[in-house]
Amino acid sequence: MNKHEQDLQEVVDQAIAEQKVPHVKFKKIDPESVDIARLTSPSKETRQEHWGKGLTSLAIAVIGILIVAIIGFVGVRGLATFVDDKVNIFHFLLTSNWNPSAGKDHVGAAAMIVTSFAVTLLAALVATPFAIAIALFMTEYKSGKQAQFLQSVMELLVGIPSVVYGFLGLTVIVTVIRTIFGGTGFGILAATLILFVMVLPTITSLTVDAFKAVPQDLRKSSAALGATRWQTIYHVVLRAARPRILTAIIFGMARAFGEALAVQMVIGNAVLMPYNLVSPSATLTSQLTSQMGNTVMGTLPNNALWSLALLLLIMSLAFNFLVRLIGKRGS
Amino acid sequence: MNSKRTDRLATRVIYLLVAIIILVLIGILGNILIAGVPHLSWHFLTSASSSFEAGGGIRDQLFNSLYLLVLTLLISLPIALGAAIYLAEYAQDTWVTRLIRTTIEILSSLPSIVVGLFGYLLFVVQFGLGFSIIAGALALTFFNLPILTSNIEQAINGVPQAQREAGWALGLSNWKTIRGVVLPSALPGIITGIILSAGRVFGEAAALIYTAGQSGSIVDYSNWNMFSSTSFLNVMRPAETLAVHIWKVNTEGIIPDVNLVSAATSALLVIVVIIFNFGARLLGNWLYRNLTAAKVK
Amino acid sequence: MENWQNQTKYIKTFNNDECELYTHNLSVFYGGTVQKLFDVSLGFKKNTITALIGASGSGKSTFLRSLNRLNDRVARVDGNIMFHELDINQKRINVYELRKAIGMVFQKPNPFPKSIKENITYALKANGEQDKAKLNQLVEESLKAAALWDEVKDKLDNSALALSGGQQQRLCIARAIALKPEILLLDEPASALDPVSTAKLEDTLKQLRSKYTMIMVTHNMQQASRISDYTAFFHLGRALEYDTTTNIFTNPQGEITEKYIQGSFG
Repeated sequence: MNKHEQDLQEVVDQAIAEQKVPHVKFKKIDPESVDIARLTSPSKETRQEHWGKGLTSLAIAVIGILIVAIIGFVGVRGLATFVDDKVNIFHFLLTSNWNPSAGKDHVGAAAMIVTSFAVTLLAALVATPFAIAIALFMTEYKSGKQAQFLQSVMELLVGIPSVVYGFLGLTVIVTVIRTIFGGTGFGILAATLILFVMVLPTITSLTVDAFKAVPQDLRKSSAALGATRWQTIYHVVLRAARPRILTAIIFGMARAFGEALAVQMVIGNAVLMPYNLVSPSATLTSQLTSQMGNTVMGTLPNNALWSLALLLLIMSLAFNFLVRLIGKRGS
Repeated sequence: MNSKRTDRLATRVIYLLVAIIILVLIGILGNILIAGVPHLSWHFLTSASSSFEAGGGIRDQLFNSLYLLVLTLLISLPIALGAAIYLAEYAQDTWVTRLIRTTIEILSSLPSIVVGLFGYLLFVVQFGLGFSIIAGALALTFFNLPILTSNIEQAINGVPQAQREAGWALGLSNWKTIRGVVLPSALPGIITGIILSAGRVFGEAAALIYTAGQSGSIVDYSNWNMFSSTSFLNVMRPAETLAVHIWKVNTEGIIPDVNLVSAATSALLVIVVIIFNFGARLLGNWLYRNLTAAKVK
Repeated sequence: MENWQNQTKYIKTFNNDECELYTHNLSVFYGGTVQKLFDVSLGFKKNTITALIGASGSGKSTFLRSLNRLNDRVARVDGNIMFHELDINQKRINVYELRKAIGMVFQKPNPFPKSIKENITYALKANGEQDKAKLNQLVEESLKAAALWDEVKDKLDNSALALSGGQQQRLCIARAIALKPEILLLDEPASALDPVSTAKLEDTLKQLRSKYTMIMVTHNMQQASRISDYTAFFHLGRALEYDTTTNIFTNPQGEITEKYIQGSFG
């Protein structure tokens, strides 16, 4: 018996052993009738499959390694301030005495943390009503050409590079603020006004998705009860879409929190606790952008900056986590 | 009657808010284009920038931007394509897949300054590459990968399942089906996705200021030897892009015509991005029509 | 009502040497636990057309798609599928080679967005056939077998998507038989077609019977009675009755089968 016949016999024996239903009557088989070797051995396709799976998994692995590397590298650098330079973490987070070259008791980042949160929250606060209005306009009021036009408007706003926003902020917004409020014009207000436009498309497009996900039946039954369009929107659409709108706002805030150059150009870059909306200040990102090149790798001032970067990274992860949390609770 | 009045009021408020945003966009575009376009002369585009006098151009920055864009796409496209194919075609719904998707989402929401600083740490400092085009291209790759991956994945997912089944039922391997049937059908979407991501890469600056650097070196456009330090193709030289140039002239503010240079450069950037955005859609539609429509001789 | 779930008394049996393919206790599970098919054991005779009928959700399509292992990605399939006495429902089977031997045509025509000719040659080339003359000959043969040759012979390089739905479906048949399979699985091949195209398709299938063993899922009972030799009735994941088409339609044994044939549900 050659190997193929053995294989065949084995298969048949196994099938006979497991045979339970009487109507299938096994007979002696004819080895010529099927090419067992062809049907049971790997072929060109099997090899192609290995290649395809291997190559694409490799690409995935690259991305996986990348994110681990980013978190690892920035993490190690960022923790050096606390591990090597023995800076107290509460001092770092809660005080606003920032002058790292003066020693470990001058690494308080609170002013930047407060400013970062302030511009983020204010930008989201201003952008949200606009985003909801535009999304309502695109889904509840108009469709077709007008909705498409607004879609293009949003795409243009996304497309404008952040340095261009920064430049406009510097030449237009800061000047206007200076004229109205006096002072330098730099500060939280200028940053908020720029960030609001920058995060608007993010919040809008996700809000549009949220409204589109509200079943049409809900609207119809509300209208059938005699509700006006606004009543339907207010009581039905907005309510049903609430978790996803919240998600949209958080995505927008994540973008605002991480935006560097545009903010750096209009915030004033003075590491001071902001005392009003038009006083020069600094965010985490603006400080990183403007100072990273001025410090020497491995020194406390440099480590302190990496701690800011780590904080930024952690906040980005936190925003992600928050979005997931809301998504889970919503469903 | 009261509810009707509320309804009318709400409608008015919504229209007002929409109008404000449209005005904001018109204001932004108007400001940039009116201030910038008149200065966009051939001379401006083809002369070197000046570090302290007025009248400088943006020749090197323009070339660097394009060169970085090409390099970035060359590096990121194979990886993004592979990852997208894996996610769309091979990934089963397991915790590993969910972890991978989460990872990509996290990567896409990382601030670009963090990505840039990571590139600085790894390539500029750790690998000792210094401020260089290659470090910049790699940082931009990291920045570009998640968005490009999800763009391509969407395009692949848009191909009807029936097309895949047709391939499988003919005994084609999954991989052959993907390459021969799925990818050609997804091509219009993939190209649109690439161009859209290119627009983003072209305007990015935060990821570059600590990787590709904020200054240019002296470049010889007739030297085609990539390994020569003066060659325009040398990837080890520092290179300032258009977006970084705008940031730098504004923060340093040394040149007297900073606003003019910035406005013109901004106008150029915005025009390029608009061309990318709308070109992507037009090209995608055109390709789609050509690939699917009947070829009648 | 009798206990209809555990009976095989209305299932026609063949000697296994008469069968091109038979299944033995075939069960399909989705998501690990949801069972969609329960211990189906059916034999399919060489060079016949067997129709699988039943209401939607009866498991007939699931059964059909298990036969060429197309369900592997989405479901777990237990039991044996015997193809010339070889159990093809085991891990070591090369599914790519298997699918070349067991071709399939789908509900909606799904030609590749390529030319008519390329639709047929694509899999052949992937298979290693490079000889131009041989390829042309195979294109002509299979298009003739699918009764499409006369309609398309002058425009082989045109896009397949320019064909009508009925022509596309026959192209899909030609594409499948170009690989010289022994069995053709047809998953409601006419459901997306108009009556004229359907009639043409049915003629084609009848002509192909002399060369291939065909198993066809259909919703259309007239169609089943017109072209099939045997008919199996599926209900809620079980094969309840299997006999010659004449017997099934004129003298159904089971109560449920009779109701379905009479059109009480489905």
